[in-house]
Amino acid sequence: MNLKIFTPRGGVHPDSHKTESSETPIRHVPMPPRLIIPLIQGSQGSARTIVTVGDKVLKGQCIGEAEGADGTSIHAPTSGTVTEIGRYPMAHPSGLSSQSIVIEPDGENHWITYEPLDPTTANRDELILRIQASGIVGMGGAVFPSHLKARSKINTLVINGAECEPWMTGDDRLMRERAANIVSGAAVLAHLTGAQQTLIGIEDNKPEAIAATRTAVDDMEPVARECLGTGKMTVIVVPTRYPTGERKQLIHVLTGIEIPPSDRVTKFGIQCFNVATAHAVCRALLHGEPMVSRIVTVTGNVKRPGNYETPLGMPIADLLAFCGVKPNTTHVLMGGPMMGFTLPNLDAPVTKGCNCLIAASKELFPPPPSEQPCIRCGECVDACPVNLQPFELYWASRAKNFDGAKYHRLFDCMECGCCAYVCPAHIPLVDYFRYASSEIRARDEEQKAADQARMRFEFRSSRLEREKAEKSARLAARATETRTKSAADAALIAAAAERVNEQAQIEPSLQDNAAPLYDQQT
Amino acid sequence: MLAAILIMTGIALVLGATLGYAAVYFKVEGNPLAEQIDAILPQTQCAQCGYPGCKPYAEAIAKGETEINLCTPGGDDNTRKLAELLGREFKPRGALVEKLKTVALIDEQTCIGCTLCIQACPVDAIIGSSKQMHTVVSRYCTGCELCLPPCPVDCISMVEEPRTPQNWRWKYPVTGLRVVA
Amino acid sequence: MTSPHIRQPASVQRVMTTVLVALLPGIAAYVWQFGAGILVNLVIATVSALAAEALVLRLRKRPLWVTLSDGSAIVTAWLVALILPSIAPWWLTVAGVLVAIIGAKHLYGGIGQNPFNPAMAAYCAMIVAYPALMSQWPSVDGVDFATQLHLILGGSRGIDGITGATALDTMRTGLHNLGNVQDILTSNTFGYAGGRGWEWIAAGYVVGGVFLLARRIIPWSLPLGFIVGMGVMASVSYLIAPESFPSPLFHFASGGTMLAAFFIVTDPVTCASSPLGKFIFALGVGIITWVIRAFGVYPDGIAFAVLLMNICVPFINRATPLAPAGQRKDRP
Repeated sequence: MNLKIFTPRGGVHPDSHKTESSETPIRHVPMPPRLIIPLIQGSQGSARTIVTVGDKVLKGQCIGEAEGADGTSIHAPTSGTVTEIGRYPMAHPSGLSSQSIVIEPDGENHWITYEPLDPTTANRDELILRIQASGIVGMGGAVFPSHLKARSKINTLVINGAECEPWMTGDDRLMRERAANIVSGAAVLAHLTGAQQTLIGIEDNKPEAIAATRTAVDDMEPVARECLGTGKMTVIVVPTRYPTGERKQLIHVLTGIEIPPSDRVTKFGIQCFNVATAHAVCRALLHGEPMVSRIVTVTGNVKRPGNYETPLGMPIADLLAFCGVKPNTTHVLMGGPMMGFTLPNLDAPVTKGCNCLIAASKELFPPPPSEQPCIRCGECVDACPVNLQPFELYWASRAKNFDGAKYHRLFDCMECGCCAYVCPAHIPLVDYFRYASSEIRARDEEQKAADQARMRFEFRSSRLEREKAEKSARLAARATETRTKSAADAALIAAAAERVNEQAQIEPSLQDNAAPLYDQQT
Repeated sequence: MLAAILIMTGIALVLGATLGYAAVYFKVEGNPLAEQIDAILPQTQCAQCGYPGCKPYAEAIAKGETEINLCTPGGDDNTRKLAELLGREFKPRGALVEKLKTVALIDEQTCIGCTLCIQACPVDAIIGSSKQMHTVVSRYCTGCELCLPPCPVDCISMVEEPRTPQNWRWKYPVTGLRVVA
Repeated sequence: MTSPHIRQPASVQRVMTTVLVALLPGIAAYVWQFGAGILVNLVIATVSALAAEALVLRLRKRPLWVTLSDGSAIVTAWLVALILPSIAPWWLTVAGVLVAIIGAKHLYGGIGQNPFNPAMAAYCAMIVAYPALMSQWPSVDGVDFATQLHLILGGSRGIDGITGATALDTMRTGLHNLGNVQDILTSNTFGYAGGRGWEWIAAGYVVGGVFLLARRIIPWSLPLGFIVGMGVMASVSYLIAPESFPSPLFHFASGGTMLAAFFIVTDPVTCASSPLGKFIFALGVGIITWVIRAFGVYPDGIAFAVLLMNICVPFINRATPLAPAGQRKDRP
């Protein structure tokens, strides 16, 4: 077994601030007066409502069916009544709203009947369908549908327990308390993907989690052992460094394979799942529980920081209130301090990607010092984990030189924030990169739309031209026809006239009557 | 003196011949100018420039018949690109409010099925037939508003495209070096 | 500001302050060998740099305090003061600083935007404009502080014996007069390795440079490239014709070599961006400096070499892009 650790370039070591929330066990939160469940929970697709207002639902009952192959299902997080289906704010930096199902809990918390699937006997497609139907998406924050990842055939399965973001401890607590489930989930995923090697990477600042996971791997449940078959599962301790928790970074640390940003990890026979996702897979398949809750780290400027098993759809404001958010809180971050965003609206609900909420105050998160001019010192280049030159990207993005930004490989950037973290001139580099990349994408879209419009306009112009040509051809044809016809008529008339004349010569008495008739006709 | 004149003339002739030969021999067969201009124009086909579509306007610019700043949907951004391409001077259009992209929407209750809008649409984005209700394929609509005037019952309105996380954009960072005026 | 929401406690001020601190050993050696005149020049340069910076920022309607307090102007000022003769009249120092701050920096858009090294631009402007003043350097122990002050304040410069040519100058003149390197080196101008007194200052700069390397303020590729460039040229020529070309050690210890290696070519704004590019840039500076020293007419070639390589920076950058992650081949 290869236990060698590799060191990728760049990265930073911010203050961890983990102990604030990592020392208390995972707690449950009381059911809020209403739950708001957005239909979109995964990054690739949405769900289609299958309940109507007034329906009674049970905990775990499917309320939205996966739409298409990429969508994931959504489930009622508790038993209660569907009271509304409408647009509610999303936990997204834009603050936009999305179609959501509102459920009023009845307080009973009645589960549906569990229908576990035995992974050792069920066939692969059935298992993958169950993962989709259980609404499992990547719980590290990227919310990529897990069934799409589980479909790949690979050699090495990486289970991501690095959790490199400061403040965040949800995965740490989960590994300490529910390592057995994580290991079982990982074994099932190894079974599905055909991985012979399963590597669980955990950062060395979580000794308890490492110990718990190691124990769980040693005393694996029989069903997990059977799933794993001849495959091996190893816990590997990785050095604490941000952003080792990013999947390609972790893969690099564990396997030494540096996957180019534009390539898929499966191209190298590797797939990566978060520990919380592995846990959810275990719950869904071995216990028959779909995803109805997740562990959220609530920390920062709150009285009771810790990890909370939160029903999906719980308004963030309710969760914060339960944790005792202090009055001098200025804003709330969702996700870690390195990559998270400021929530524009606290009415937004907890979703499957909501791993951490940090209440920020002026003391904990002082406002950034004013931006100074870039002196090209190169600190950002040293910190960049994907070998970019952030200052070059900055010059290009700032000048709206989008071709230049692409030339300096803007789309390799994963917005990890290391460059902005180290920048001595306090330049919000990531802001510039996000602006530039979203602008480039929008412009590409516009260009596509313009090309389409040009095509359609040209097609229409040529169609009109053709129709005009056809019409004139038709008119011309008709004109000729009329002309020939009238010529023929004239001939007939002439012939008739002749006949008349001949008759007139025979019967002169008729001539007076016949003459006006010719005049009318010619 | 004479030698100098001869030498200079000789050099001029040789260089001239070389350049002339190069111009013929290395001639770059580029896109016709009108097509390059057309590629810059936004393809709204709105005819607000006074030409019946983007292509005719591009052709007119290529012939040098008209100004380069007549395109309303393209805005100053567009004019700047055209100025760069053509080596002409950039002329701003003045204070024009940047409009969000809109698409036409037919009120299906009011529509009488007269087909006038279908004939007006430059990109065939409206479907329907005589005496039948019409509808706009919003995917193809360029927001040119050409269908509004012909409608006898005023049942077409322009609506903003809904913002979704997919088409939402990050703003240009506003922190940092601002002019203290 | 979206993300990250936390920042490392780093600032431009801190970088600049570290550079200033790193210059102190060199300045101390300067004072020890040539008297306190240099301190007067440093003060003059600092004051005029800050004044010039403030004036231009006001004219350009830029926030005054942020840029003024970042220390970059002071670094430029100190470098200008250190590369001009320490007995140069005050107005020469002021003129040099104005060229550096206004001409080389702000006319190109201020800090971070200048393509040319400001201190080197100032040196070039001054040596072209005032070649005589620029070649009068104090001789070791030859000038007391009062005389230095007298000269700095613009007093008459008729006094003989107190000023002298630098080691590089003496070497060039000597070689020009068909002398032999070994004979020339016996002159009073020379010490153990380079110019008498100057070798100690060079040592001071090395100490400061090592400090900067240790603090990771400057990358190793720049000083290394410079020293390799100059060292290879000097070694090859020395091995071929030791009577006509002085040894690499002489080159390293004379003139501004060590100041340039650790404080001039390492200016991040005007050098190339990738590690390999930086190395090539510095290598070029080293080679051109040697060429100017060996065959040129100017006392030292560093300034021209740096400006020439500054011109090449866009090409170097284009030729040495960083390899995308997953296919790295960019380390020198």
